[in-house]
Amino acid sequence: MTASIDRGIKALVEQIDAPVATFFTTCVHCGMCADACLFFTETRDPKYTPIYKLFPMRKVWRMEYTFWGKLLGKLGLLKGPTDEELAEWEPLVYDSCTLCGRCSMVCPVGNDITYMIRKMREGMVASGHAPRGLKDAMKRAIEIGSPMAVTPQTFQTVVRKAEEELGFALPMDVEGADYLMTLSSAEIAQFEEIIPAVARIFRETDLSWTLSSTGFESTNTGIQIGSSDLAKHLLERVVHTAERLKVKYVISPECGHAYTALRWEGPNLIGRPYPFKVIHIVELLDELRAQGRLKTEGFDEDRLTFHDPCQMVRRGGVVEQPRNLLNMFAKDFVEMEEHGINNWCCGGGGGVSANERADEVRIKVFSKKKSQLDGLGVSKIVTACSNCRNMLEDGLEHNNMDMEVVGLTELLAEHLVETKDKPAASGEQS
Amino acid sequence: MTAAELLNWARGPGLQISLVVFVLGMTYRVLQNYFIGRKASLAEARGSQWGPGIETVWRRSLFHPGMTGKGYFTLIAGYTFHIGFLVTLFFLAQHIELFKSLLGFGWPALAEGLIELLAVLSIAALVAVLVDRLVDPVRRKISDFQDYFTWVLTVAPLITGYMLVNGMAMRYTEMLALHILSFEALLVAAPFTKLSHMVTIFIARWYNGAIAGYKGVQS
Repeated sequence: MTASIDRGIKALVEQIDAPVATFFTTCVHCGMCADACLFFTETRDPKYTPIYKLFPMRKVWRMEYTFWGKLLGKLGLLKGPTDEELAEWEPLVYDSCTLCGRCSMVCPVGNDITYMIRKMREGMVASGHAPRGLKDAMKRAIEIGSPMAVTPQTFQTVVRKAEEELGFALPMDVEGADYLMTLSSAEIAQFEEIIPAVARIFRETDLSWTLSSTGFESTNTGIQIGSSDLAKHLLERVVHTAERLKVKYVISPECGHAYTALRWEGPNLIGRPYPFKVIHIVELLDELRAQGRLKTEGFDEDRLTFHDPCQMVRRGGVVEQPRNLLNMFAKDFVEMEEHGINNWCCGGGGGVSANERADEVRIKVFSKKKSQLDGLGVSKIVTACSNCRNMLEDGLEHNNMDMEVVGLTELLAEHLVETKDKPAASGEQS
Repeated sequence: MTAAELLNWARGPGLQISLVVFVLGMTYRVLQNYFIGRKASLAEARGSQWGPGIETVWRRSLFHPGMTGKGYFTLIAGYTFHIGFLVTLFFLAQHIELFKSLLGFGWPALAEGLIELLAVLSIAALVAVLVDRLVDPVRRKISDFQDYFTWVLTVAPLITGYMLVNGMAMRYTEMLALHILSFEALLVAAPFTKLSHMVTIFIARWYNGAIAGYKGVQS
């Protein structure tokens, strides 16, 4: 046994908790999870059956916790996973699983398969079996500060550009502001219009907020690759910034895994509760709407639909808020047949988009989203995740589908009722 | 050992041993999983765990949105088998007599004709899922020895019981002993195989609902 496989098995054993052991104990191998996974439905290849992706981890569980596994192991008739086996499983665990959580919704015995895949990735990383694309993204995140190589200088340039467009300076590193706005790498690198959009909304709603020159990005490749140590390292940049600035809230951007990292995994990664709250930008906007502070005018006349980002909706619990916001200004908002917690993934979550090796299968399984959109007659897809946005644009282009993809916050900002000569909000520099 | 002696052993010590193994084994299995432990989340909860956990225990018994034809087949076959098996086990007059001798009380039996029909449907459903397991690429890919072994253990009491009731056995005493022993084999194997889902399914569903419920989302 090599040192790396030894580390991998040890990590897998450590990942087996009471729910995982119960899930493996309970699985009856019915295969119903296959029909919930777009990688299976769009390829019909049985290797993409979600529970099959966990077979090496199941082997470890059997040998550690079952009568037969222990007995056969002692007799030498059952062996733990090998390096070759984990190498074979690597594409199943990374390229063809977006951690979307749909399989966990349909399992008749109640197995949270996604919960287990997330844990299995810890063993895969420990044994050295993670895709090169994700490893490179992780390296950039550690060394440069961003998986898309966004440097602090790039961020400052984007902020300056936004300030020029807005005509006022944005709050930066303001101690005592209520909210710290974080962004995803894709927003800074590609969808920079998000910054003036939130700045205008926050100014209009008198929100005390700030950006930070140190903790500006909350995309977390550590969560995607499955390394709690690295995820913690990346997360701490935001946590330390928030603590230094003494903010009450950290705003998660339109990025699914950033939300999972910040909101749900974060305190467990750093081993203590936060002294601040985490709120998704969409959640915050809906709160402002409910308080009557966020007002829109005019209507978007386009027939449009909403693509639910898996980590925000099914795995994150922000379900109705985007719909409340859309209903403020969308005249012809139609839902896909399966939407909300039952929506289908864009195909690029969970690190798949950062893994070039997965491009072919990712594009192939976009046929599921295409079939959801076909016949809906929409010209616009609204979403609230910059990664979904990229994946949708890519998929639409490959399928010659003429639809616009927009971020919810930006679209909302287009309809924002703005007061002329509004004084600078608390935290802003005029 | 004569057939009569075998039957006596199956009715007496055999039944006692299998019941003890079943109860202790299942208890061990559940406690073993429980004591592996589960870290409490330090993230601020949006919802709760207990209520949503219990809701998911119930909800996973239902058909879900977007279910495919294969999904309907699996669930309908599953329901047919489980209902047939459980009704036969708990509502056949002869079985109730056995429960009465063990528990000191009984309950009304259902008509033998109805039970026979349900038992036949149960066997048919088991045959259907076995064929599916052998033919369907997904089921075949994820199946192992235990899936087929537990299938035999599950269908055996139903088939021997049916043969017994319908006088299809060559010798009644031997067949009755075989019927009882087949059920005892099922009891003994349950805690050590995937048959333990008969108990752990409720815990697994609860965990699933609780994990989602903590985040304030339905699962």
